[in-house]
Amino acid sequence: MTSFPRPALDLRNLRTEFRIGGRWYPAVRNVSVSLMPNETLAVVGESGSGKSVTALSILRLLPHAGARIQGGEVLFEGQDLVTLSERDMSTIRGNSIAMIFQEPMTSLNPTMTVGDQIAEAILIHRGGSRMEAKAKALRLLDEVKIPSPKSRLDEYPHQFSGGMRQRVMIAMALACHPRVLLADEPTTALDVTIQAQVLSQLEELKQAYGMSMLFITHNLGVVAQIADRVAVMYAGEIVELATVDALFAKPMHPYTAALLRAMPRADRANESLEPIPGSVPALSAVPTGCAYAPRCPFKDRSCTELHPELVSSGDPGHLVRCPVRPVGGVH
Amino acid sequence: MISFACKRLLLAIPTLFVMLTAIFVLVRLVPGDAASVILGDQATEASLRAMRARLGLDQPIQVQYLHFLRDVLTGNLGRSLSSGRTVVQEVLLVLPSTIQLTLAAITIGIVLGLPLGILAALGRNSWIDYVSRLVSLVGLSFPAFVSGILLLIIFAIHLGWFPVLTSDSTDPLERLRSLALPALNLGLILMAYVVRVTRSSMLGVLGEDYIRTARAKGVTPMRLVMRHALRNGLIPVVTVVGLYFGTLIGNSVLTEIIFNRPGLGKLIFGALNSRDYTLLEGLMIIFAICVIVVNTLTDITYGLIDPRVKYK
Repeated sequence: MTSFPRPALDLRNLRTEFRIGGRWYPAVRNVSVSLMPNETLAVVGESGSGKSVTALSILRLLPHAGARIQGGEVLFEGQDLVTLSERDMSTIRGNSIAMIFQEPMTSLNPTMTVGDQIAEAILIHRGGSRMEAKAKALRLLDEVKIPSPKSRLDEYPHQFSGGMRQRVMIAMALACHPRVLLADEPTTALDVTIQAQVLSQLEELKQAYGMSMLFITHNLGVVAQIADRVAVMYAGEIVELATVDALFAKPMHPYTAALLRAMPRADRANESLEPIPGSVPALSAVPTGCAYAPRCPFKDRSCTELHPELVSSGDPGHLVRCPVRPVGGVH
Repeated sequence: MISFACKRLLLAIPTLFVMLTAIFVLVRLVPGDAASVILGDQATEASLRAMRARLGLDQPIQVQYLHFLRDVLTGNLGRSLSSGRTVVQEVLLVLPSTIQLTLAAITIGIVLGLPLGILAALGRNSWIDYVSRLVSLVGLSFPAFVSGILLLIIFAIHLGWFPVLTSDSTDPLERLRSLALPALNLGLILMAYVVRVTRSSMLGVLGEDYIRTARAKGVTPMRLVMRHALRNGLIPVVTVVGLYFGTLIGNSVLTEIIFNRPGLGKLIFGALNSRDYTLLEGLMIIFAICVIVVNTLTDITYGLIDPRVKYK
C-alpha cells in the first residue's frame, strides 16, 4: 500500500448555515476538500458562493448569532475543530492556523500600535516577556519588507498605506509559525502593483515557513500565479476541483469555463470578455437540481431535477459536479 | 499629544469670549437696570445716578464691555447684593460640596453604567440586556426631582439608612452618608445614559473587522472586550459624560434643593429668588467657564483614546 501524506487540513462534508427570517439556509453545502502539506489551494467563485464562509467556518469565526456549523468535520492534526471547545479553539487560532482578511483598512485595531498587535499573538500563544515579543514583532516587520521597521513598530494602523497594512496583517498571521494559513482575498482591496508584490511575498513566506495555504479569491489571474490546485465554488458547494494547469487547460464544469471566459487576459482583446448572465442564487432560493442550471447554456432536463454529485472526471485528481459536459471539457 | 492638548486649549479661548459677550449682552437686555434693582422703588433720581456712576453704568456700552472683560479676566466678579461677600467668596464657600457631589455622581454613573452596558452588548437580547434597557429607561424618564423624592421616601424615611437632610457634621462618615442619596440621584441619571451609549457603541465595535482579526489571533473573550473593543467603544461614552456636565448643573439645582444641600445649584437658585443680579451674573460666568473647561477636557480625552483624532 502506498502511504499518502496526511493532509494538513481536511474538510469533510462541512455544512454551515445562516438564519434568514427564522429559517436556516446552508451557505456551505457539504464541502469536502483536503489541503496537503506545503500546498496552495485556491478557492474561487463569485461573491456569495460560500468561499469566505468556508474559511471562517474552519476557524469558527462566524458571528455567534445567526450562523452555525450544522455538520461535517474539519480535521486538523487528528482533531475535529468543529467539536473543540471555544477555549481549545482559541489556542489554535493565530497559532497553528492563522488567517488574513480582505480589508486591510478595517482589519487592524485603530487604537493599538502595529507592534503591539503583532506582539499580542506571540504573547498569547508563546508567552514570554513583552520585550521579547516586541523584538520578534520587529523581525517580522522586517521579514514582510516594511521599510524602517524600527520606527514603524510604534505607529498606528492609520499611519500605514493599504499595502503596508496588509503586510502587517501577514506579519501578524505568521507570528507563531502557523501550519496553515487561510488567506481570504488578501489582495482584492489593493491596487494591482501592490497586489503582485504582496502575492509574491506570500509565496516566498509560504516556502520559508513550510505552510499550507488556503487562498480565497475571485480573481483567476491570481489563481494562475499562486495556486497548486483550485476548488471552484458555486452556491456553497465545490463544482470543480483540479490542479491549476488542468483547470485552465481543460475546464470541465460549464461554470468554470464561463469564469475563464469572463476573465480579462493580456493575449485576447477585451471585447471578447463574456460576462456570465444572471447571478448567484440567494441562500434561500438555491434550485433543487444543479444550482448552476438556471444560468447554464448546456443544461438539459435532468439538470433541474437531479442534484449532481462531485465525481471523477476521468482524469486523475480532477473532480467535477456536472454529468452533462465533463467529457473533453467545455470550451 | 502635548501639542494637541495645547491646540485644544487655545481653541477654548475664542469660545470663552463668545460666552462672555453673550452673558454681557444678556444682562444688559434684561429690562430695568441694576441700580434701580439695588436701590429699590423708593430711590431718588440723584441716588440712582450716583449708583449708576459707581457701577459704571453711565459709561458708553463699549467701555462697559471692556471693563466687564477686564473684571472677569482679573477674577473680579463683583459682590453679592444680598450677602455683601464677593462672588468668588460665595462660590468658594460651596465649591467643596459641589465637587464632592459631582465626582460622586460621575463615579456612580460610570462604575455602574459601563459594566452594565458592556454586559448588555455581550449578551444581546439576554435577560441582562433587558435589565439594562429597563434601568436606562427608568433613569432617563424620571425627572431628578421625582427620583430624588422617591429615594428620600424609600431610603431615608422607610429604611432609615441615610439622613433625610444633609448634615453639616464634620465626621467624614456622616458626611459620606449624607452625600449618598444626592449622589445616587444624579449618578443614576448619568448611569442611564452611560448604559445606553455603552451598549450601542460596543455592539457597533464588536461587529468590526478588527475584532474578528483579534479573534483569529486567538485573543480570549475577556481580553477581546477589555483590550480591543472597550477602548474603541469609549468615545461616545466620554461624549455623554462630558455633555452630562451641562445637565448636571440643572439637575444639581433640583437635587440640592430636595436634599437641602449647599452647592452651586442651590446658590444660583437663591440668587435667582433674591434677584441678586451680580451673583447671578458671576455664577453664569463660572458655569460657562466650567462647561468650556469640561468640553476641552473631553476633546483632549478623545485624543488620548483614539490616536487618529490627533491627526485630523
